[in-house]
Amino acid sequence: MRFKRRQLSIPYLIFMLAFVVLPLLVVVYYAFTNGEGEFTFDNFIGFFTSGNTIGTLLYSFMIAISVTIVCLVIAYPVAFALARSEAKYRAVLLMLLVIPMWINFTLRITALKEILTFIEGNLAYHPFINTAIGMSYDFLPFMILPIYTTLEKIDNSLIEASYDLGASYSSTFLKVVLPLSVPGIISGITMVFLPAMTNYVVLDMLYNSTYIMGSLIGSYFSAYDWHNGSMISIVLFSIIVIITLFTNKFGEPDSESKGAIL
Amino acid sequence: MANIIELKDIRKSYDGVRDVCSDINLEIKKGEFVTLLGPSGCGKTTTLRMIAGFEQPTSGEILLNGKDILSLPPNKRPVNTVFQRYALFPHLNIFDNIAFGLKLKKLTKSEIEEKVNRVLKIVDLEGMEKRSISTLSGGQQQRIAIARAIVNEPEILLLDEPLGALDLKMRQEMQLELKNMHEQLGITFIYVTHDQEEAITMSDKIVVMADGKIQQIGTAEDIYNEPKTVFVADFIGDSNIFNAVMSGKMKVNFCDADFDCLDDYPLHSDADVVVRPEDVVIVKDGSGQIKGVVDSCIFKGIYYETTVVSGKNEIVLKSTKESKLGDEVELYIEPDGIHVIPAPKNMNQFEGVITKNHTLNFAGGELEYDVTKLFKGSTHDGKHLFSAEGERIHLTDMPISVEIPVEALDMSDDLDESMISGEIISLIYIGDHYRYKVRTEDGSDFTIADEDLWNEFDRVSVLIDADMIKVNVGEVQ
Repeated sequence: MRFKRRQLSIPYLIFMLAFVVLPLLVVVYYAFTNGEGEFTFDNFIGFFTSGNTIGTLLYSFMIAISVTIVCLVIAYPVAFALARSEAKYRAVLLMLLVIPMWINFTLRITALKEILTFIEGNLAYHPFINTAIGMSYDFLPFMILPIYTTLEKIDNSLIEASYDLGASYSSTFLKVVLPLSVPGIISGITMVFLPAMTNYVVLDMLYNSTYIMGSLIGSYFSAYDWHNGSMISIVLFSIIVIITLFTNKFGEPDSESKGAIL
Repeated sequence: MANIIELKDIRKSYDGVRDVCSDINLEIKKGEFVTLLGPSGCGKTTTLRMIAGFEQPTSGEILLNGKDILSLPPNKRPVNTVFQRYALFPHLNIFDNIAFGLKLKKLTKSEIEEKVNRVLKIVDLEGMEKRSISTLSGGQQQRIAIARAIVNEPEILLLDEPLGALDLKMRQEMQLELKNMHEQLGITFIYVTHDQEEAITMSDKIVVMADGKIQQIGTAEDIYNEPKTVFVADFIGDSNIFNAVMSGKMKVNFCDADFDCLDDYPLHSDADVVVRPEDVVIVKDGSGQIKGVVDSCIFKGIYYETTVVSGKNEIVLKSTKESKLGDEVELYIEPDGIHVIPAPKNMNQFEGVITKNHTLNFAGGELEYDVTKLFKGSTHDGKHLFSAEGERIHLTDMPISVEIPVEALDMSDDLDESMISGEIISLIYIGDHYRYKVRTEDGSDFTIADEDLWNEFDRVSVLIDADMIKVNVGEVQ
């Protein structure tokens, strides 16, 4: 019997089935049942009618949006400078950005916590800002790298062509560089916004009193409330699917510029 | 007619050591089709980019209609470029690509539409405005690139090897179209290519460049018939090149025979002779100047390319008749088929110093030399040099000039064989040997004759027979 190439994917399929698809089905099952195992929408109704949970959802949204905006505003100029820097220094500059990622996450956030405590005195007074700062700090490289990759790939002759046709420095940026870097921006946003929606470790480590979606799930599960925890997971999952579909449609990069993610 | 653009003493250097371009002096008249022609790395693209404004010359002036434009950035210069790889904007469709420059000029929508439609008609792609760039073939992308440049009605259109990426048939078609477009638009074209056929087909004026310098400027006929240097003769068209000596008034000797020629240079002066293959004829009546044996005869469609060996020389000729291999033949060359180029007497002259080990330091390397030859009657005790009167002469750092005849030079691929080494930057076949130019790391050039074929860019060590060189103390007079 000849060995077929697609047979190589069998281990992966088994893994996916056992650890992704089945658990997901279990989550779906729990989300739509109550303690007696009966089918019900009550969990969802409860979520969308409670001011608290809706408030947490909006709060998470606000945090994720702020983090994404902060990351984008910081990352784009950095990526631009990096892509335009002299080739011989580029590797070093890139390394400077990546090295912090090699240091353990817990250590980085703990260090950040100390700094913020030093500045603010008591972290509990500014939960929103602290969470946003912590997440931005953590996710920044994921915004820089895809933008840098697309910017770096832009053919210099396109920029020269733009000058040649009469465009100034700023209109070249607006009409050529920025549009061509949209795929990088989109994948940067995807890579920051989605984790920012669900991540709660940063928040936990900064001793925050507030709840975001991630911590909500965590608290339900640690109280053995599988049904509500699963329900919120499904809500979050649906939101992420919708957002992903939306950004993919919006970005619709031509085939060449796809694959900007790292 | 007035000059639209003038380049004056342009020099460009990136590192301050080697010049990419130097002594570029060029005048281009309004409406001309000028081609910068040369092998890769000859500085032609750099020259074009300086006109476009993407590069600043290290020194010199570029005048457009008599006004210096060096202070203007590329977007303020009334020139447009067609790039080598088209450089079309992938995020814009055909219409928006072409309209890019017009929109920046704030023209009204209807004006823009009218102009875009007109150039689309010129490049023969009407009705494709909404198509995306990625759906176009190479030839179509090329046309869009041209349309995008000419729609701005530039005073000068710069074309940087625009047909390089197309296949042969498409290229020939586009050559004619470009030529027609040039006539139709009346815009000055400056065209860069390494393809001599392209240059000859299209240009009013050809500027042959090599090694960062202009070799010759002229019409295609001028350059083909009257090449000013051996390089030009070798680069444009096929040619036989021989070492020659003037042997009388309007007489030149090469291939062991005397020939009448139309050029007059001092008796016994060295020269190179260029003979085009079509100017050599096989005769049977005893009037031929060269006797030889047919070495090969290859059918080329409309003629036979025949190689005749006479003594050590090879002569290539084009004949409509087939010759048998091994046949003894006589060759005749008309006086106006012989083009004499005076050869510089000695091309290998260097300045250097004596090192503290009493070797000669020049051309980025060292050569062992018997320094007692520098001072009459002097002696060397292995450490110091003493004059005839017994006084010590201090040699360290003494400036010298070194003259090396071509016969004293040889090459080796063993880089340790000599302390002077370099890279072969050019080679030309001269009748019975190759003439190489070897450039050392410090930028000195050696001219070396060798019978064997080496490759361009080979790294070689330069072997110098110290007994045959002439060394003078002091700077070159």
